[in-house]
Amino acid sequence: MEAYVHLQNGKTFAGKLETAWTGDVSGEVVFFTGMTGYQEVLTDPSYKNQIIVFTYPLIGNYGVNEVDFESKHPHVKAVIVYEAEETGYHYEAAYSLKQYLQKWNVPLVSHVDTRALVKQIREHGAMPAVISLRETAVVQMEEQHPVPLVSTSDVETYGSGDMHVVLFDFGYKKSIVHSLMEHGCRVTVVPYNTTLQTVEQLDPDGVLLSNGPGDPKQLSPYLPNVLAVIERYPTLAICLGHQLVSLAYGGDTEKLKFGHRGANQPVYDVKTKRVWMTSQNHGYVVKAESLAHTPLSVRFVNVNDGSVEGVAHETKPILCVQYHPEAHPGPNDTQFIFAEFVDMMKAARKEKVYA
Amino acid sequence: MPKDCTLRSILVIGSGPIVIGQAAEFDYSGTQGCLALKEEGYRVILANNNPATIMTDEVHADAVYFEPLTVESMEKIIAKERPDGLLATLGGQTGLNLAFALHERGILQKYNVRLLGTPIESIKRGEDREAFRALMYELNEPVPESEIVTTVEEAVQFAEQIGFPIIVRPAYTLGGTGGGIAETMDEFIKIVAKGLRESPISQCLVERSVAGFKEIEYEVMRDHTNTCITICNMENIDPVGIHTGDSIVVAPSQTLTDVEYHMLRSAAIKIISALGVVGGCNIQFALDPTSKKYYLIEVNPRVSRSSALASKATGYPIARMAAKLAVGYTLAELMNPVTGHTYASFEPALDYVVVKFPRFPFDKFPFADRRLGTQMKATGEVMAIDRNFERALQKAIHSLELDHIGLHSPALANESTKSLIDIIKKGDDRRFFAILELLRRGIPTSEIHEWTKIDLYFLTRFAQLIALEQQAKNITLDTVDERTFRTLKEKGFSDAYLAYIWHVEEKDVREKRKAYGIVPAYKMVDTCAAEFSAETSYYYSTYFGESEVQASDKPKMLILGSGPIRIGQGVEFDYGSVHCVYALQQAGYEAILINNNPETVSTDFTVADRLYFEPLTVEDVLNVIEAENVEAVIVQFGGQTAINLASKLETYGVSIIGMSSDVIDQLEDRERFYELLQSLGIPHVKGTMATNETELWEKINDIGYPLLLRPSYVIGGRGMHIVEHEQQLCSLIEQGIVYPVLIDEYMRAKEGELDAICDGYDVFVPTMIEHVEKTGVHSGDSYALLPAQSFTEEEKKKMIDYAKRITKQLHFKGLMNVQFIVRNGEVYVLEVNPRASRTVPIVSKVTGVPMVQLATNILLGKYLSEYVIQSPSLSYVVLKYPVFSTYKLPGVDPLVGPEMKSTGEGISIAKTVQEAALKSFYPYLVKKKGAHEIYVDAPEKAASLIEAAKRFGLTVVTDEPFEQWLEKKEALAFVSFMRDDESVQRRKQALARHLLVCTEEETARLFFEALQTDDFSVCSIQQWLKMMKEVVKK
Repeated sequence: MEAYVHLQNGKTFAGKLETAWTGDVSGEVVFFTGMTGYQEVLTDPSYKNQIIVFTYPLIGNYGVNEVDFESKHPHVKAVIVYEAEETGYHYEAAYSLKQYLQKWNVPLVSHVDTRALVKQIREHGAMPAVISLRETAVVQMEEQHPVPLVSTSDVETYGSGDMHVVLFDFGYKKSIVHSLMEHGCRVTVVPYNTTLQTVEQLDPDGVLLSNGPGDPKQLSPYLPNVLAVIERYPTLAICLGHQLVSLAYGGDTEKLKFGHRGANQPVYDVKTKRVWMTSQNHGYVVKAESLAHTPLSVRFVNVNDGSVEGVAHETKPILCVQYHPEAHPGPNDTQFIFAEFVDMMKAARKEKVYA
Repeated sequence: MPKDCTLRSILVIGSGPIVIGQAAEFDYSGTQGCLALKEEGYRVILANNNPATIMTDEVHADAVYFEPLTVESMEKIIAKERPDGLLATLGGQTGLNLAFALHERGILQKYNVRLLGTPIESIKRGEDREAFRALMYELNEPVPESEIVTTVEEAVQFAEQIGFPIIVRPAYTLGGTGGGIAETMDEFIKIVAKGLRESPISQCLVERSVAGFKEIEYEVMRDHTNTCITICNMENIDPVGIHTGDSIVVAPSQTLTDVEYHMLRSAAIKIISALGVVGGCNIQFALDPTSKKYYLIEVNPRVSRSSALASKATGYPIARMAAKLAVGYTLAELMNPVTGHTYASFEPALDYVVVKFPRFPFDKFPFADRRLGTQMKATGEVMAIDRNFERALQKAIHSLELDHIGLHSPALANESTKSLIDIIKKGDDRRFFAILELLRRGIPTSEIHEWTKIDLYFLTRFAQLIALEQQAKNITLDTVDERTFRTLKEKGFSDAYLAYIWHVEEKDVREKRKAYGIVPAYKMVDTCAAEFSAETSYYYSTYFGESEVQASDKPKMLILGSGPIRIGQGVEFDYGSVHCVYALQQAGYEAILINNNPETVSTDFTVADRLYFEPLTVEDVLNVIEAENVEAVIVQFGGQTAINLASKLETYGVSIIGMSSDVIDQLEDRERFYELLQSLGIPHVKGTMATNETELWEKINDIGYPLLLRPSYVIGGRGMHIVEHEQQLCSLIEQGIVYPVLIDEYMRAKEGELDAICDGYDVFVPTMIEHVEKTGVHSGDSYALLPAQSFTEEEKKKMIDYAKRITKQLHFKGLMNVQFIVRNGEVYVLEVNPRASRTVPIVSKVTGVPMVQLATNILLGKYLSEYVIQSPSLSYVVLKYPVFSTYKLPGVDPLVGPEMKSTGEGISIAKTVQEAALKSFYPYLVKKKGAHEIYVDAPEKAASLIEAAKRFGLTVVTDEPFEQWLEKKEALAFVSFMRDDESVQRRKQALARHLLVCTEEETARLFFEALQTDDFSVCSIQQWLKMMKEVVKK
């Protein structure tokens, strides 16, 4: 069946509907440039309510397995590809891409000139779009606050390591927890609006502010709490978490034209003077100049556009990265961030002992 | 850190003549490297004796040395030029081995030459099997269980522990030479013995075979600050067991999950960091298809064939960047030349699929062992890009220029299912087409997967193509609807194939297709999946979606490239294409180029104004012509590939510049050709044509024996035979002759040729070429001297005069190659090729006359009279020598004849023929110090040769048991004239021992000449040309 992708700028792309579904679906349309990792992308909560375009043309080749999910279900609103593999061939494959998306009622549109679509996004910015079976449609999108939709409401603990980390769930990826566990941490996942008092009761060695969807400013009411927590504990903040830390210290964020979403973003590390390949997924960014009067200094810079990819507190053990050191999808080059975080927590523990 | 300013001059070592396993890719990397260094203001000194390359052009290096690639001559060059640095990682295994030897012998230290880029310890660790294995243990990176052996006994012991199959890999060899997979102890002992002989340090690695695992490669770059990036990964469709050079390869990997992709990427980065490579590195893994278990198979700490492929597949210029990193830059300091505004420290993202397909020489060597293994056998390759796998695959097949009809191999259609299954189990070069044929016969993919271990993902794609093929066969041009037509085109079925199955003309298919509005879109290769805007004009077609190409209104020309490297059509034709581009650009034209060979300079997107990576077929060429509004096409520089397209393009109203296809026909159609020569009063050998066997017998009476039989329209003398007597003819007829067949008188005499620049009236001939061997040896396989040494002035005058008459008569413009026979003062025209020939780069380089540039200007409307050019009188002798890869193709007889067998060529320049001969044979003689015995198999036919050998102090052996003699360290060369089976066997044995085999008396004599002198001096081409000009002035 024919399906159409209507962009806000008036452009329409025709494609083929792969999953059974009726009605219109709207969301912000963004693109991901990684050549592998569609399963991780689909289940990354940061993509909540977005329509994802894969620039790699052949998606679904290795199916969908039970082990590489980043959360319990897909978060994207719809998926646009050039070709969707029918079956999926891999010893781990449990579903085909189509079966999996069908199961969660996520529309899959194939046979779209995704490169032309991406060029539209590149030129006009990430924008609202509607996927419809009708040849014309009005592109409307309601403003949403997606974090509450993806954050946990329970407190859950993973692992049994020596270091205890409280993870603020703004829409965390499972791989963050895995990375922490691999670095000897026990992780307690808490809702995004957990108060300092609750955290204190959990008595962690450090806190991690996770990635998550949407505009960080939607979380403005929670910034005083964020500030109180991070000033109290060694902190690692990833993606949305990094933006919240910057906002909490008086910095500012803005929307990128079309975001960084891929597995090949080069990031320069001011501290080690090396360039790392990073996995990224963000539409908002911290404005470098807004950090001037904050205690934060830039630690990581995007080599391509010079944007802020991470900051560190000048005196306190607070490290923030805009990219995804936990990878999945993408390169593992920056796993050392977790080791740095663990070192920060160890140092803080020592201080406590000596204090 | 910016570049190193303590360096002023840098020596670059090239890879030498083309052999299997080391082809045009090193011309590409070398050219890029030299340009990158020149750009930084360094004086570049280049050592490479392959004249067909673009890197050896005067403009790419300040001093070019066509000298033997041995330690001794490198030392001479270093002593003379005193370079500050040496860059050896761009010249393949040859360059790397030389750098290693120069270091080991203390020469680099003696002359204070710094090795740039990857340090010597890293090279050692990457290349030396034992050091490498030790490092991998240290890194905790898995390598298959293995043992380094230096004797057969050690190997046997290992095999007894491990069991079969076992892979044997000799240390420090090229393209897996001498290695193989053994299934049994007998086989194993044979391969190990051979491998030990093959390895310069008599060392082999024997390892547990992981055949059947997925074979995955990564191209990695690292700078001296330890920033590492992977440019591309590639997946071999053929699992481990078939050399990657012989495998069908896709980029990026298709069947790996993100976890697997990054698991191997991380391992690759860990390894390149530990090795300390500065520049590019190729790392190969074997991945278990049913677990996360993987093994490291191989590391090449240099640019390679795979890196050339990765550069073209992604747009990321690995060799150029490697050269910059070698002189001190970091990745973060360099720009990405594709986008022009992002940095080199990133990893390309592809939004298309790339398929590489190997080109095998078995169409020329049907009797060779076609089985593929760990030793590479392909001479070249093609690459294709599309948005879907199926069309990328089909485009690659169209680019191969085989006699296939779509996905059909006519030769396999008649094979039994059983023999097809044998082919795919054994894994010979026809495997892919055999799989398709089996799918056509309804064999399920699951069974084929069992036999071949090819991933079901790929087999399913193949099966879907066969299903579509069937769908196409069920309809006709009249009944095809737009939707089906679109699908067939999107998935790669060519107009020519559809015309074939629909029993119509290709033109009809094209017309109907266009009436439906089905035309290709052209998309850009931009390294970043459209994330950033890009400045390059590097395109591929796809039959779906929006086109990104906008034709400019500048004056423009389309140049057709020469496709994959194969015997008879090598890198020399790429030289022509590239220089034509340069000349067009200088004349203010936009140069648009189509080619599909990823190894070449012409497919470097910085060369032409617009590069189309497409098959060279009528459909694809016409599509580009229409998309770009091209007015005229140049076919002269792309070898026979381009020439063959001319007439078909003309029928679509395309104008071919410089000549009409009728001219080509007049020169290639034997009957018309002789008529032409007769009308011009030019002598030629007696020749006629037969369309069937009866005619053949009749016409032979007019010609008489010996005679030359050959099919019309050939490259590289395919299917040519010298027939000495009736008995031989009978056996040829029995083997099958393709009619019409040309029958020529065979005249055993001197042979020569010339390359002329023609303007329709006049010709300009920079120098004459004389073949060392008599007629009957293909010009590509003969040794040749420039300038011609023994032709009289009278004879030379006739040659030029004949060339002029032909030019005038045909109003021919551009480059023309004319071949002659000279006997008793009479000159006979043998052949005229209306195109740049194999010798054009040689003539251009040694005379300093830029032939392609001049010819291009003439094609654009200039006349020779507008240029002041004189034929230079060379004050030196140039010897061109053929280089064979027959060693790598077991089963091929090294006997030279009318069918070309060599894969490459080299030149030597010297004051005397002796010195030039010494330089040509020098690499061989170095290895044979002390050897002095010549075995002659037909002494009764070679009395004077034997006399000469004795005079030169050689010992002639005629009656020792041959196999015993072969093992002697005194054995120097085998002179063999006999045609019987036993002699063929002996030649193959000698070849397997790396012994020089001469099958022509003149070759042997030339070899004796080489022994007359034991030292040579080195001199750059720039210096030779300068000396010549000074002589002229005096």
